Amino acid sequence: MKRLIPLVELGEGQEGIITDVRGGHGLRRNLEGLGVAPGRKVKMISKHFRAGPVVISVVGTQVAMGYGMARKILVQPLPKNSAAG
Amino acid sequence: MGRKIDKILLVGNPNVGKSALFSRLTGIKVIVSNYPGTTVEFSEGTLRLNGKSIKVIDVPGVYSLEPTSRAEGVALKILQDSINEGEEECVVINVVDATNLERNLNLTLQLIKKRVPMIIALNFWDETKHKGVEVDIQKLAERLGVPVVPTCAISGEGIKQLVEKITAGRVSNLEFQDDERWKLIGEIVNSVQKLYHHHHTLGQRLSEFTIKPATGFPLAIVILGATFALIRFIGESLIGYMFDPIFEILWKPVVMKISLILGSRGLIHDILIGQVSNGEIDFMESFGLLTTGLYVPLAAVLPYVFSFYFVLSILEDSGYLPRLAVLMDKIMHKVGLHGYGIVPTILGFGCNVPGALSTRILQSERERFLAATLMAIAVPCAAQTAMIIGLTGKFGIRGIGSVFLILFIVWFTLGMILNRFLKGPVPELFIEIPPYRIPYLKATAKKVWMRVLFFLREALPWVLFGVLLANILYISGVISFVGKVVKPVISGVMGLPQETVTALIVGFLRKDVAVGMLVPLHLSLKQTIIASVILTMYFPCVATFTVLLKEFGIKGMAKAAGIMLASTFIVGAILNLIL
Repeated sequence: MKRLIPLVELGEGQEGIITDVRGGHGLRRNLEGLGVAPGRKVKMISKHFRAGPVVISVVGTQVAMGYGMARKILVQPLPKNSAAG
Repeated sequence: MGRKIDKILLVGNPNVGKSALFSRLTGIKVIVSNYPGTTVEFSEGTLRLNGKSIKVIDVPGVYSLEPTSRAEGVALKILQDSINEGEEECVVINVVDATNLERNLNLTLQLIKKRVPMIIALNFWDETKHKGVEVDIQKLAERLGVPVVPTCAISGEGIKQLVEKITAGRVSNLEFQDDERWKLIGEIVNSVQKLYHHHHTLGQRLSEFTIKPATGFPLAIVILGATFALIRFIGESLIGYMFDPIFEILWKPVVMKISLILGSRGLIHDILIGQVSNGEIDFMESFGLLTTGLYVPLAAVLPYVFSFYFVLSILEDSGYLPRLAVLMDKIMHKVGLHGYGIVPTILGFGCNVPGALSTRILQSERERFLAATLMAIAVPCAAQTAMIIGLTGKFGIRGIGSVFLILFIVWFTLGMILNRFLKGPVPELFIEIPPYRIPYLKATAKKVWMRVLFFLREALPWVLFGVLLANILYISGVISFVGKVVKPVISGVMGLPQETVTALIVGFLRKDVAVGMLVPLHLSLKQTIIASVILTMYFPCVATFTVLLKEFGIKGMAKAAGIMLASTFIVGAILNLIL
């Protein structure tokens, strides 16, 4: 339950809470603009194979980001059964 | 409390219907799109309020007031300038997506910190119901300390109320620490918004299908294939059933008469009418101002320009392009760009000028240079493509197919090489995937009309000048002189007749006219393919050249030109050897 994983390791359809962004001020600011910030719930919508981009849903918006960026975001995965709809 | 207002700024996130609201307020023709970047060059219009004209500025869409790309920099600068001017009274209309309060309020709170008089337009109000969102407008206005008006820019609902309330725009008295912004947003959203469970809409399901790789890639191929087929179908139908008959039945007798009046020969006759073989005028081959000079832009190219922009606008306004960007991300990384680099490329297929301008949506100078150079080299515009389709028509799909395949290989190979030699990191894709929306047909029609007008205004004079120049070059003997000089390269290395050089000279003015000049040469399939490819690659037309020069400076343009000429030479030589 306490285990933190990079965002890219969330399975499709799985949800998690963002706990940290490992990056400089520029990256944090960028991510924040689209609502990707610590404390938010995210849901993995789609992962593209071989280190391709990921699509997540956060604060009611779908956001696509590169693999490298998604690796710098740490999330606490939520148990699968809590994901509804 | 009525205020005196001189200027209104529309500020909001991308994809919140800001541009649609702008055209509602001002009624002027603007480009409305569903992906960020189209309003980098901001639009300005006027609103009549109480018998006074007020300037309205559509500021490029931003997520935050801390700029991350040149487009966002423009937005911040417009805002800062308006605040600093002081003498002019300005009001900000903050356009907010009612279905997505939480993310949108980030910008709202940053605007509040700037201490500008503002009013909030809660747009997409009609969508809140079927998205299961309920917003307490009264409470939201109280919490934020500024007026809030629900609107629906597409139907026009709420626009009147918004205009009436503009003078009530005021500086908020909301106080908060910057690092507590998100906490405050959470609090406000919780107190004013209720969410209900709702079923997945068709759009959401379609969204997943088109973005997940397993279904997305096959669908992308189908969509792009269908797009190309539709563009060609509409273009060819317009030419075959409308423009060709107009020229053949109505215009031909008129030009024939003029030809007879001019005595069927002589300098003026040749410039106006061109070559008349067997008493017949051939609109593609005669090459006079009144024949080919009018036929090329109006009958051969215009139908394709219209058709391309019609189909592209639907693709843009529906929201498909960001999904395509995600699917293309891996491939684009190989050429030093991320997925969003596909947007300037696609726009370039219409006209390289907006394509080059749209590179501003990319973050780094390196990306912009790469995207613009690759587009200028390997992406033929709609006008040129229309002419290439005409030129290669007699060879069937082998002709046009080979040209596009070769250009794609050039684009990819050159991109990989440049990516290796240009220093700097490849930034990562980071974009919003807006929900699918049915295009607002009025806006789409307006946009197509604007783009067609732009083509007519920009292209027609250059086409006529190109045809005139070609005639002067022929008559004065310059062509045969230059032809002899460059023969070793044109004929020796690339296997083309030396007359092709005229096309290369005129191609700097207009690529479509240049392709037209190849028609009377009756080239073989191999020569047609090589000539079409090198005409696309060797140099941009003058309009694109001007934009590139402005965007990248003399040094950058010189670098790009070197890359263009070198790769044209190499590709021409290789094609001559292997085809």
